[in-house]
Amino acid sequence: MTEMIDIKPVVADYDSMIKPDKVHSDLYSNADIYEDELDKIFNNTWVWVGHESEVPDVGSYKTAMIGRHSVIVSRDRKKNIHVLLNRCRHRAATVCEGKRGKTKSFMCPYHGWGYSLDGALRAVPKPEEYEGVFDKSEYPLVSLRFETYQGLIFATFKEDLEPLEDFLGGAKKWIDLFVKQGGGYPLKVLGDHRFRFPGNWKIQLENTTDAYHFPIVHKSFVSSVDDQTAEVFDFLDGEGHVEDLGNGHSVMVMIPELVDLDKDLEAPIPERFQELADELAAEGHSDLEVRRMVRAVGGSGFNLNLFPNVACSMAFFRVLAPISVNETEIHHVAIGGEGAPSGFNQMRLRLHEHFQGPMGFGTPDDAEAWERVQKGSHAGSDEWILLNRGQENLTTSPDGNISGAVCSETGMRAAYQQWKKMMTA
Amino acid sequence: MTDLNLLNQVRAFIDAEADMLDFEQYAEWLDLWTPEGTYVVPIDPKETDFSNTLNYAYDKEEMRKLRVARLESGEAVSTQTTDKTVRQMGRFRILDENDTHVDVRCSMYLSECRHGNLKTYPADITYKLLKADGEFRIEEKVIRLQNSNSYLSSIGYIL
Ligand code: FES
Ligand SMILES: [Fe+2]
Repeated sequence: MTEMIDIKPVVADYDSMIKPDKVHSDLYSNADIYEDELDKIFNNTWVWVGHESEVPDVGSYKTAMIGRHSVIVSRDRKKNIHVLLNRCRHRAATVCEGKRGKTKSFMCPYHGWGYSLDGALRAVPKPEEYEGVFDKSEYPLVSLRFETYQGLIFATFKEDLEPLEDFLGGAKKWIDLFVKQGGGYPLKVLGDHRFRFPGNWKIQLENTTDAYHFPIVHKSFVSSVDDQTAEVFDFLDGEGHVEDLGNGHSVMVMIPELVDLDKDLEAPIPERFQELADELAAEGHSDLEVRRMVRAVGGSGFNLNLFPNVACSMAFFRVLAPISVNETEIHHVAIGGEGAPSGFNQMRLRLHEHFQGPMGFGTPDDAEAWERVQKGSHAGSDEWILLNRGQENLTTSPDGNISGAVCSETGMRAAYQQWKKMMTA
Repeated sequence: MTDLNLLNQVRAFIDAEADMLDFEQYAEWLDLWTPEGTYVVPIDPKETDFSNTLNYAYDKEEMRKLRVARLESGEAVSTQTTDKTVRQMGRFRILDENDTHVDVRCSMYLSECRHGNLKTYPADITYKLLKADGEFRIEEKVIRLQNSNSYLSSIGYIL
């Protein structure tokens, strides 16, 4: 186990850069601040590394990033999950390349040290020269602390960090709601779109709780759907809201009718899903099962933004990985139901392809806007990013949280207060 | 022996398609397809079960029309900052031929220019072409980008 020791000098006066209603532009472009974030935020909190369905079997693995660290999530022979640093204990080569797959062990390509799925060092070629030097049990792959909630796996370098469930706090209720979109089946990752944009990671963090941009940036998407669906996505004047859930997390409810997918199963079936409903019924599924699937197929009516790197975003997981101060990699992880009828999962895949990813009808336009934010933020010498939308129109939610209009910047303010807390700790 | 006559016909057809896409003649491009045709950009180049996996694009006729409408509408800001593409098709090989169909594989080098940055996308492309009255119609086009398994950037045009 490792603990990160931060011995870096103070990089900037963060207190003066984060105001309640605005943040300083340097947060997007200062490389020293970026390195400081990797230390103070990504090395110091719960970071999402995957979903249990991505490592379903003995020998399954996937790779992920925690800030600048490459990690492996694996499942061992006893079906236990491990989160391991992807770094050979000999002279540091990565022992696993590739996104996900199956293996019997992790073999270092350099001098052939072999590690088992739980990270134990099993074999070294020509061991004689290590006799009296060390015992293999001293050099397993470094194992990270991790905890799961509803199948979501979070890992951390910090041994004394609060339990994951305490960190998630008010977000747990929304994760419980989000996982209902398996349509009566356990949630399962179906694949992911990966793309990069030339901009700071926080631009993407903000975007998941930014309803304000939707009708502008996504005009071409709205034009591509039927009238009934376009109406569902016309949520800026609706009853939605944004709620600060604490610890930097927030939820943005765009479509209140689709918050709880177990409710209103008797509601009329939307036109665009009628064909799917007929197909499922013809396959012999009961009326209730069909309605449950049809109601779940388009996802939940909210975006749950979890600080710092993942969102449960309507119908998919949005994961961000900082690459440099001005480059970010984003994964749009498609999800469906484990064992669900193929028609249900196919519809979910097609809906995901329609909006998400580098060739979707939505994402490229988001990426264009974010790229322009990064570019524009370099102009001027002492300029600010405004976060004050809706700040004079706040209420208290039934859960006792600060709540603003659906297109308010309440969620961004929540994230930046957590950012300030961690950066000044 | 390669049927050079057939190879030439196929090349002419695919080069014409490439020209339509580079010069944004989308209505003509849509007419090249059979109504059941499928346009696919898979993530894993080894994948063959496209309908049950996640792709970058999986377009049946309706989605092809919507994709074209989006490009032509001027509503999508990402399509406004991409200059026209230039693509070179090559390395043609007939994989299979029968009375009704020709299966072809070729390479594509496509360059795009977004915000002044030139970027190249090499790809292997397979076509299933239907023979129709001395012409071809596309029944399936699968574009396997060389870097599809890692990460891409926005693609605001048709591959
Ligand atoms: S670096 Fe891994 S065996 Fe030498
Ligand atoms: Fe967006």
